[in-house]
Amino acid sequence: MSDSREWTPQAIQAEIDALKHKPGALLPILHAIQDRFGFVPEGAVPIMAESLGQTRAEVHGVISFYHHFRTSPPGRHVLQVCRAEACQSVGARALEAHAKKRLGVDYHQTTADRDITLEAVYCLGNCACGPSIRVDDEIRGRITPEAFDDLVDELRTQPLEVIG
Amino acid sequence: MSVRVFVPRDTTALSLGADAVARRLEREAQQRGLELTLVRNGSRGLAWLEPLVEVETPAGRVAYGPVAPSDVPALLDTGLLEGSDNHPLAQGLTEAIPYLARQQRLTFARIGVTDPLSIVDYLAHDGFRGLEAALTREPQDIVEEVKASGLRGRGGAAFPTGIKWQTVLDTPADQKYIVCNADEGDSGTFADRLAMECDPYMLIEGMAIAGLAVGATQGYIYLRSEYPLAKQVLDAAIARAEAAGYLGDDLRGSGRTFHLEVRLGAGAYICGEETSLLESLEGKRGLVRFKPPLPAIEGLFGRPTVVNNVLSLAAVPFILAEGAEAYANHGMGRSRGTLALQLAGNVKRGGLIELAFGTTLRTLMEDFGGGTASGRALRAVQVGGPLCAYLPESQWDMPLDYETFAEVGAGVGHGGVVMFDDSVDMAEQARFSMEFCKVESCGKCTPCRIGSTRGVEVIDRIRANQNRDANLALLGELCETMEDGSLCAMGGMTPFPVQSALKHFPDDFQRAPEGDRS
Ligand SMILES: Cc1cc2nc3c(=O)[nH]c(=O)nc-3n(C[C@H](O)[C@H](O)[C@H](O)COP(=O)(O)O)c2cc1C
Ligand code: SF4
Ligand code: FES
Ligand code: FES
Repeated sequence: MSDSREWTPQAIQAEIDALKHKPGALLPILHAIQDRFGFVPEGAVPIMAESLGQTRAEVHGVISFYHHFRTSPPGRHVLQVCRAEACQSVGARALEAHAKKRLGVDYHQTTADRDITLEAVYCLGNCACGPSIRVDDEIRGRITPEAFDDLVDELRTQPLEVIG
Repeated sequence: MSVRVFVPRDTTALSLGADAVARRLEREAQQRGLELTLVRNGSRGLAWLEPLVEVETPAGRVAYGPVAPSDVPALLDTGLLEGSDNHPLAQGLTEAIPYLARQQRLTFARIGVTDPLSIVDYLAHDGFRGLEAALTREPQDIVEEVKASGLRGRGGAAFPTGIKWQTVLDTPADQKYIVCNADEGDSGTFADRLAMECDPYMLIEGMAIAGLAVGATQGYIYLRSEYPLAKQVLDAAIARAEAAGYLGDDLRGSGRTFHLEVRLGAGAYICGEETSLLESLEGKRGLVRFKPPLPAIEGLFGRPTVVNNVLSLAAVPFILAEGAEAYANHGMGRSRGTLALQLAGNVKRGGLIELAFGTTLRTLMEDFGGGTASGRALRAVQVGGPLCAYLPESQWDMPLDYETFAEVGAGVGHGGVVMFDDSVDMAEQARFSMEFCKVESCGKCTPCRIGSTRGVEVIDRIRANQNRDANLALLGELCETMEDGSLCAMGGMTPFPVQSALKHFPDDFQRAPEGDRS
């Protein structure tokens, strides 16, 4: 990963300063930090608390409430498998088992080569064309186990992106 | 003359490769020296035909689908650009496709027809007529129009929209807010997403009208983070609407103000509940608030706030442009207007179906849906999201309206219809309902937080054939405790799908445990 993804207190402060004037700024700030660094670093918590006049416990409480925010760095790609009912009806349970086996990880874990972090998601709004998954910001439909394998191969053979 | 070809770019079309189809079309056309203007429209909502490519012809738009990139050369060979029907994927005139022709599209009249971000397209298809009308009317007058339309909230609770607006209008305050609930968390629903991705100005217009009606100058769209494309489209549409004077400090030169901003949720189903949503918008954990006070009186930052679902707000431009009666003329009983049904799950022809209230599930699932995708027998259907009942065949013929469904303990909810074939294990579905509640509970009430955890364990024991009768009795008691002792519908309604599975599909709870089956 290139340097711009590595967080510094200054970079965190810059994200906060750009948004802290907004009413209810904490969620937009957390999104901005996670979008930029891939996760919300522990070290960002006191900076947010200080800047927003909240306690660290309050900020921690918010981060842990929401499934979307993570506090450790993800792999190069985040892959979410939809676990909700409409996808269940067309084989999401089998897909989920296949995904875990193929990647050798459970939910919230990252493959040893740090290529892929596996996450669960409850509906991607693609319910007429399931099973659905999300890879980073892209949603894909009608994912069979074979299509899943092709996708994983595709993600792994891509040259390491230079971000920044 | 250059032929216009449409390739949709909503999430579903993209999820099935629409970008690759668009690229292939451009490349092939270039190689063949054909002139073609590619338009990236929204989706018509015919999900099973996506990617649905359309070609403009003198007779109207002609459809082909579902198109894979590898189909493109043969489609061009057989006369795609002339709208020929010489290819197996040819569907004829789009508007004559029975699935679409049989619908009553009031809210979704424009989706798929236009380029979602083009204000010119929006204006050419009746856009902003409702707002222009609202700008000439008194706030009370706008509220009366919405009341007369009979519009009830499409987010699930079906509360009359006009009455909610009246409360906000009648509550004096230095600042009021319009909050759009775009959390669309129910599995099987995607109508909000389609509205936002395919016709974003309609929602912007509806929210601006709501602002004029109640005296609110700031709006927020609380959008789930699972919808990255909707975020992009809405942000772009808001910027363009501001530039064109449909949002901002001086709406169309009237001196009236309405600002709008999109805020992202963060993967919490409970934040679709309106008070949890308001907490989240304030930057807090999404804990459900006690009511009263109603959000209409003390809502966002303690100020009077209209919280409405995307589709409730999206219905308003039509009502203001065409009049309350044009809307109220559709529907049955106390359910007026149209309902956006979303046919999902194990279905051959899934998609968006906008119809007046009163149709039946059988019509939807068989006539529109064509049965299951797997070709197996249909066994159960969950209507209204994860907190609503599973319905067996004996309940597929009642008319879809709020009152009829409520009478049998079912819900219309946000209009999601999720179909299951006969391979479904309803005990497993019941277990998932409890598991989902456990994962998504805000944690405020013990019956919801602990009850759902116990629920999963008890169902596991039943499925493993341990003390089955005692555990079935325990599950019944647990459901009652959750129903009676929960602050909101998360804990209070999770028992509905569980109990419906128990009641209508008891055999699934009586199976021999895994491994013991002979
Ligand atoms: C657990 C739970 C989840 C909900 N999720 C949504 C949702 O995703 N979208 C929505 O519009 N309403 C949702 N609601 C309903 C809202 O609380 C509220 O009734 C609605 O936003 C009001 O708008 P309406 O009158 O236009 O329907 C949910 C309610 C509960 C209890
Ligand atoms: S019922 Fe569940 S989700 Fe609702 S307020 Fe109580 S704990 Fe929170
Ligand atoms: S249930 Fe999987 S996309 Fe909606
Ligand atoms: S609020 Fe305390 S148990 Fe529900």
